[in-house]
Amino acid sequence: MTTSPIPGVHDRSPVAARPTVSLVVYLLAGLSFGVVLVKSEAASWYRIQEMFRFESIHMYGLIGSAVLTGMITTALLRRVGVRSLDGQVITVTAKERGWRRYVFGGLTFGLGWGLAGVCPGPILSLLGSGVWAMLVVLVAALVGTWLYGLLRDHLPH
Amino acid sequence: MIDVLTALRSPWPWYVAGPLIGLMVPLLLLLGNKSFGISANLRHGCAILLPNAVKPGFFRYNWRAETWNLLFAAGLILGGLLAGRVFANPDPTRLSAAAIQSVQHLGVTVQPGLMPAALTDLSRPGVWLLLTVSGLLVGFGTRYGGGCTSGHAISGLSTLQGPSVIATASFFAGGILSANLLLPIFMAVIR
Repeated sequence: MTTSPIPGVHDRSPVAARPTVSLVVYLLAGLSFGVVLVKSEAASWYRIQEMFRFESIHMYGLIGSAVLTGMITTALLRRVGVRSLDGQVITVTAKERGWRRYVFGGLTFGLGWGLAGVCPGPILSLLGSGVWAMLVVLVAALVGTWLYGLLRDHLPH
Repeated sequence: MIDVLTALRSPWPWYVAGPLIGLMVPLLLLLGNKSFGISANLRHGCAILLPNAVKPGFFRYNWRAETWNLLFAAGLILGGLLAGRVFANPDPTRLSAAAIQSVQHLGVTVQPGLMPAALTDLSRPGVWLLLTVSGLLVGFGTRYGGGCTSGHAISGLSTLQGPSVIATASFFAGGILSANLLLPIFMAVIR
C-alpha cells in the first residue's frame, strides 16, 4: 500500500538532492547590489571626485568596511567548510601572478574612473536610474575591451 | 506613510552600505561558488556581439557558461531603476564642504542626482569626448588589469590576493591623477 503524500510533511529521501540554484537568483543578487551602489552613493560622480581629492571618509569607509566584511565572512565560510548551494566545495580562484598587467591595466582603469566617475557596476546602475549618457560610456567601454582583445599579445603582462 | 517614503528615498551611511557590499563575496560563493566581479561582462558583451569572422581569440569561449554574470549585470540595471528612479534621493549628495568647493571649481553645481548635468548633456560635443575617453579607458584597463573595483578591490582583497593589492593601488593612483590633473583640463575645454 502506498501512502498518499500529506501536506506539510516532506519526504525524507536518503540521497540528498542538490538542485542547481535557478539563475534568476543572480538577477536578484545583482538587483540588491545595484540598490546598494545607488543608496551608498558609490555610483555618484560627486562622491568619486570627493574620494580622489581626499575630502571625505565616505568612500574609504565604504570600501574599507566592505573589504573587512568580505574578508571575515569568506574566511568563516571556508573555515567551517560550508558547501555552495549546488554542493560544490567553495574555492577561490587565485589571480594570475605578475605585476605588469595590474600596474598598467590598473592605472588605465583608474584614469577612466576619475573622469566620468564610474566603474563597470555603476555604469549599469546609472543607466537603470535614467542617466542615458551612460550608454556612451558603456559602448566606449565595450570598444575598449575589444581593443584589449586585439592588442593583448603585444602588451606586457 | 510620508515617513516611510522619506526613509526609502534617503541615502545609506557608509557603515551600513559597506558591509552589505562586502557580503556580496560570500553570497555569490554560497549560491554557486562564483567570484564576485562585474567587468568580465564587458568581455562577455564583446563575445556575444562580435561576428565570428572578426573575433579575436580573447573572445572565443563559451560565454553561455557565464550567463549568471550577465544576469547579475542585468540586476544592476534593475537595482538602479529601483533606487535611483523609483526611490530616488530628492536631495543633492551631501558632500563635504571641501568637495562642494572643488566641484564648483570644475564648473559643476551640486544638484540632486548622481551625475551633474554638466557631464550628461549630450547636446555638447565636449561631453561626448569626456564620456568616450572615460569609457575606453575603463573598458581597456579593467580587462588588461583583470578586474575592476568589485573584482579586485572588494573580492580580491577580501580573499587576500597579492595581485589585487597591486591592482587596487594602481586604480587609486590612476584615479587621483585623473581627477586632479586630467579632469580640470577636460572641464576647461568643455566649458
